[in-house]
Amino acid sequence: MLQIRKLPIIVFALLIIAFPWIARGIPGIGNYPDIMVFAGIYSLITIGLSLLMGYAGQISLGQAAFFGIGAYISSILTTKYGLNPWICMGTGMGVAVIVATLVGVPSLKLRGHYLAMATLAFGIIVYIIFNEEGEWTGGPDGMIGIPGLSLFGFQFNSVEKYYYLVWFFVFAVFLFTINIIQSRAGRALRAIHISEAASNAMGVDVARYKIMVFVYSAALASLAGSLYAHYLNFINPSTFDLFFSIKLLIMIALGGMHDIWGAIFGALLITFLSFEWLHFFEEFEVIVYGLILLGVTMFLPHGLAGLPDMVKDWLRK
Amino acid sequence: MNEQKAENILEVHDIIMAFGGLMALINLNFKVAKGLIKAIIGPNGAGKTTLFNVITGAFPPTEGTVRFKGQPIQNLKAHEIAARGISRTFQTVELFTNMTVLENVMVGCHTRTRSSFIASGFRLPRVKREEEKIRAKAMETLEFVGLAEKANEAADSLPLGERKILEIGRALATEPELVCLDEPAAGLNETETQAAADLIRRIKERQITVLLVEHDMKVVMDISDDIMVLNYGEMIAEGSPAEIRDNPKVIEAYLGGEENDA
Amino acid sequence: MGVVSSPPSLFMLKLKMEKISLASQLLQYLITGLTVGSIYAMVAIGFNIIYNVTEIINLAQGEFVMLGGLIMVFLHVAAGLPIFLAFPLTIIVVTLVGMLLDRLAIRPIRQPSVLTLIIATIAASIIIKGIAMFIWGKDPFDLPAFSGRSPIDFFGAVIQPQYFWVIGFLIVTVVLLTLFFEKTIIGKAMSACADNPDAASLVGINVKQMILLSFSLSAAIGAVAGIILTPIALMDYNRGAMLAVKGFGAVVLGGLGSFPGAILGGLVLGTIESFGAGLIHSGYKDAFALIVLLAVLFIKPSGLLGSVEITKIKKF
Repeated sequence: MLQIRKLPIIVFALLIIAFPWIARGIPGIGNYPDIMVFAGIYSLITIGLSLLMGYAGQISLGQAAFFGIGAYISSILTTKYGLNPWICMGTGMGVAVIVATLVGVPSLKLRGHYLAMATLAFGIIVYIIFNEEGEWTGGPDGMIGIPGLSLFGFQFNSVEKYYYLVWFFVFAVFLFTINIIQSRAGRALRAIHISEAASNAMGVDVARYKIMVFVYSAALASLAGSLYAHYLNFINPSTFDLFFSIKLLIMIALGGMHDIWGAIFGALLITFLSFEWLHFFEEFEVIVYGLILLGVTMFLPHGLAGLPDMVKDWLRK
Repeated sequence: MNEQKAENILEVHDIIMAFGGLMALINLNFKVAKGLIKAIIGPNGAGKTTLFNVITGAFPPTEGTVRFKGQPIQNLKAHEIAARGISRTFQTVELFTNMTVLENVMVGCHTRTRSSFIASGFRLPRVKREEEKIRAKAMETLEFVGLAEKANEAADSLPLGERKILEIGRALATEPELVCLDEPAAGLNETETQAAADLIRRIKERQITVLLVEHDMKVVMDISDDIMVLNYGEMIAEGSPAEIRDNPKVIEAYLGGEENDA
Repeated sequence: MGVVSSPPSLFMLKLKMEKISLASQLLQYLITGLTVGSIYAMVAIGFNIIYNVTEIINLAQGEFVMLGGLIMVFLHVAAGLPIFLAFPLTIIVVTLVGMLLDRLAIRPIRQPSVLTLIIATIAASIIIKGIAMFIWGKDPFDLPAFSGRSPIDFFGAVIQPQYFWVIGFLIVTVVLLTLFFEKTIIGKAMSACADNPDAASLVGINVKQMILLSFSLSAAIGAVAGIILTPIALMDYNRGAMLAVKGFGAVVLGGLGSFPGAILGGLVLGTIESFGAGLIHSGYKDAFALIVLLAVLFIKPSGLLGSVEITKIKKF
């Protein structure tokens, strides 16, 4: 029975809460909370992607587009029109939902490579729009002066405060997604992964569920994008390119696509790799990512989250 | 015997199914009486599974109508037809191999339940209550088909005979009025075939109509009330087991095929 | 009419706007479109060769083109080898890369599902790209055109001599491949594998070798495309992805697996892109090919020359 155990979740919550305290005490990792902000933002995207690809068996190589939509909608509406950032965040998610539906519906009949390439092409088209529509987006130079976030007067104007904000969202989304996985809807998605014909025969409206999970992943990516924009106060189209979509893929592949924990592991590991551990080897960064992806494909098909089972099987032999 | 007037739960009129130039079903006309077991037999390639696909909404027929309880359903999608009360099993057993035995049947409960995506995310009380009901119903179904002890095993760890029974159980969880079984005895040994046939009889006892595609003639003759013979997409005979057994056209369709294989 | 801002990476010449009529401009777009389209056609042919034998779509196909260009730059410009040596040497090196791709990234996969293969070829393309970035850096490189850069006037449109090389090589490639698949034993063996790998192996054809050969052939064709493209459009480490996507667009437009489809698809795609960039908005140049790809996938995935029934049966 697919049951996600509660104890690890509680431990996880405690670690999240305690982390900045721990980081303050240990020399050398003083900048880790900042990296964790990004890891949390990426986790929001990977959680959605894990549900979409790992559980429902679909593919999207264009999540960067939704990440960008959230970031740009938030940035444009707050800087040009002075609207409340939280409303802009919601608007961004709304736009992402609409765009995801517009792309998702005609993609329903696509599978495998065709679906992968359709999402990939979509992602690149959105990236080109970010670059070209300079009047709105600032073009290749990006946008600056994006305000930070505050709630009822409380300003999230330090790394630690933003860290708690982001990880609060991550935790909420994590729980929400776990609830979906363990529910009737989650079973429907997992059924669709294996056999659309049988799912339909059992009354699952396969088309509707595929759109729903795609839209969900898009909304989460958009939320992440808004949080990203308000943290950096500056965005630039190069963040939302094809390579970022592929990095997201690497995150869930490394963490383990078929396990929602994998989304978080993968985001954490790749973010730290990217910001911290590979800093000295910038020229090798791309090669390392490629090797990780290839290595995972060949030796760790269920990612790190699948390691416990792999070890169990190996011990049994 | 039943006093009620023999009612037809399914009526198929002038069905034509063409795939490009290939005519898979040609001018099919037949009725399925409520509460009985009707078998569809015929040589390989006769169009039996295609007929199932049309009835259950996998694809619409090129021409013709299918009426279920008097309502036309030929243009409905498969999941809508499942909601109306028709469910099925597949020739290639399509179990959800990423789930346990119990979870497979719980998916069968999908069509009679309603918890939505968002409501599930928030784990509302009504969602939890419905989940309990689903689990109970699924267990009850497993008990009916005899797989209750294996509820928490991985579905793909079962031997073929039990996988087929599980698939039937999953179809029953949709609370169908008509269940379409596609070769439930294929690949099974004596004991397993017997178990499958018993199950089908017990399904009939629950007043569920059974439409059955099968190659195992012993099973067909044993349990069917009514038989229909397809050959090259056309119906060449219809009647009781005794009538079909002695029908010269049917004999020729099967034997003729064997001669041509030489 | 307005001014066409031509991205220098593709249009090497500035048009003298005052003297060019609309008809000449359209002709120009057509010529450029067919030239670029020939490159897309070659990428598409490469995709199809691997696909026909293995049912794999090699998302690293564009990297072969990139490597062809950059390695040629290294051998001919940096190392000073004459073209008639550098050309075949480049092809050999890139072919080796293609073979390594098959051996190291494809063959070892024990449970080849569609998703796994997609990810494996993406991984391979990233690795190749990363190595290229490490060796050559991020700057674009140029190759001298094979027969100079004196433009030829053709009814007001301008033809670069290199364009003839491009279209010429496409024709040569098509002819050689046709001869290969229809007249040579190995080629026929490969066609047999494409049709029915089980039957092929039953009659003694080594399917694994045929797969290796298909990757080698695709790599070689990609390399040629890269070499002839670079004098027109320069080459940098990052061009592979876009070329692969557009090449795939040509594949789908023409019909997956179809040889004439690849040619038709490539030429049509290149032309649409050229006209779109010229007439509508040059900043969106790349987007046109992508929009065509999406349109084909959404409307008729079997493409212009493909069959609808076969598309439905395809494993993915």
